[in-house]
Amino acid sequence: MDTEERGGNVKQTPLTNKHKALGARMVDYAGWEMPVQYAGLIEEHLTVRSKVGLFDLTHMGEFELTGPGALATLNSVTTNDPSSLAVGEIQYTCLTNEQGGIIDDILVYRTENGFLLVVNAANTAKDWDWIKGRLQPATELKDLTSDLALIAVQGPLSAPLVEETLGISVEDIKNYTFIETEYQGSPLLLSRTGYTGEDGFELYFPNAVAEQLWDDLMAKGQKHGVAPIGLGARDTLRLEMRMPLYGNDVWEETTPYEAGLGRFVKLDKGQFVGREVLQKQKEEGVGRRLIAFKMLEKGIPRQGYPLLNAEDEEIGVVTSGTHSPSLDQPIGMGYVKAEYAKAGTVITVQIRKRQAKAEIIKGRFLS
Amino acid sequence: MSEKLLFTKEHEWVLVKGDVVRVGITDYAQEELGDVVYVDLPEVGDRVEEGEGFVVVESVKAVADVYAPVSGEVISVNEELDESPELVNESPFDRGWIAEIKVEGVAQTGDLMSKQEYEEFLKGV
Repeated sequence: MDTEERGGNVKQTPLTNKHKALGARMVDYAGWEMPVQYAGLIEEHLTVRSKVGLFDLTHMGEFELTGPGALATLNSVTTNDPSSLAVGEIQYTCLTNEQGGIIDDILVYRTENGFLLVVNAANTAKDWDWIKGRLQPATELKDLTSDLALIAVQGPLSAPLVEETLGISVEDIKNYTFIETEYQGSPLLLSRTGYTGEDGFELYFPNAVAEQLWDDLMAKGQKHGVAPIGLGARDTLRLEMRMPLYGNDVWEETTPYEAGLGRFVKLDKGQFVGREVLQKQKEEGVGRRLIAFKMLEKGIPRQGYPLLNAEDEEIGVVTSGTHSPSLDQPIGMGYVKAEYAKAGTVITVQIRKRQAKAEIIKGRFLS
Repeated sequence: MSEKLLFTKEHEWVLVKGDVVRVGITDYAQEELGDVVYVDLPEVGDRVEEGEGFVVVESVKAVADVYAPVSGEVISVNEELDESPELVNESPFDRGWIAEIKVEGVAQTGDLMSKQEYEEFLKGV
């Protein structure tokens, strides 16, 4: 796991005591003390797939980008096109370096005043420095990370729970859009987003009301079968949906085209960092591709295990692997040389001293 | 024949019955690992050396080696774990046993801990 601490102390969220009281196992993740598991990973995972779960994601970084130069700044450091966003819309995008490598994958919220950027916890300091060094004139960047708490409510029963807790209707909040509302007199940003593949919401609000909102969601969620969900299940939930995890499946030496994120690159939007390399990759193709595979034989693929072709030659490496709780089957993602990336191709995973066959799949593990 | 339950610092339990030792992982170990989803069992007939990782227990998140507490020959493995690896969580000392090793001569178990010693050891973990 990629962890990068800013300073020596491990940070706590306003919900740390709640997690401990709920019996969570706590770990250091990206410099934060976070819950990795409560009742058990598989049970938590299945709760999100069938009912509704709560995640404390306060460790995620949030930056506010405002001023007349905000749009031009954002356009120059990201691969997607932020000018296409209306107020209330959200975009997935990548920050890329001069080589087209992914510095981070982030969400951009178009607000009345500018943009809210939600970045990976482990990358908060790095992203800050990167964007700060590339601000256009008349642009302000503000770090809201330590002011804002973030709770994700994910699962098929997330909509009624959010409606009952906030006293609003979410009917008009489409996927990848948000509204600004209130909770107990504090401003709250509510977006229909998530990292689980289920219907779900992310709630950004001041730290001061975090405990109250958590308790409220837990209490009102009782009848829906709500449970708190740790980072362990967050990882298996996203992997079943083939969503890349920064530090595992994408990093600075991988590009959006290699990672299958080409639809989030808009080459015709004007100049941005890394554009030349990405243009070339688009035209000439890439040498390796991020693929998803299911095991045909026993064994669980793990990060770093070699991937081989039928002749036992190394053709790539596993970047994420687990036992899928929904499918009760081992699954993984990894990079392979482009000629082996076709769905249906049978590859071999070197699992310690054994070898086990796997098949590259098309699309997600879960439909 | 008398039985003796002993423990290793790597959180295996060892049930000694004459020249046969049955091996599993402790309640503490299964709790630390979380939901066990796969046990990579050795083959019956495999020769193992004391201290050698001879079994791999995998949870959703973690991979853990189980070390042979004695040298000898694997004479039996718990094949039920192929279909139901969760037995390691549900019944670590009983139905979740992993393998049996037959030693040549008498099992050398002088380095292993008694139940009481292991409980003391856990307090310092």
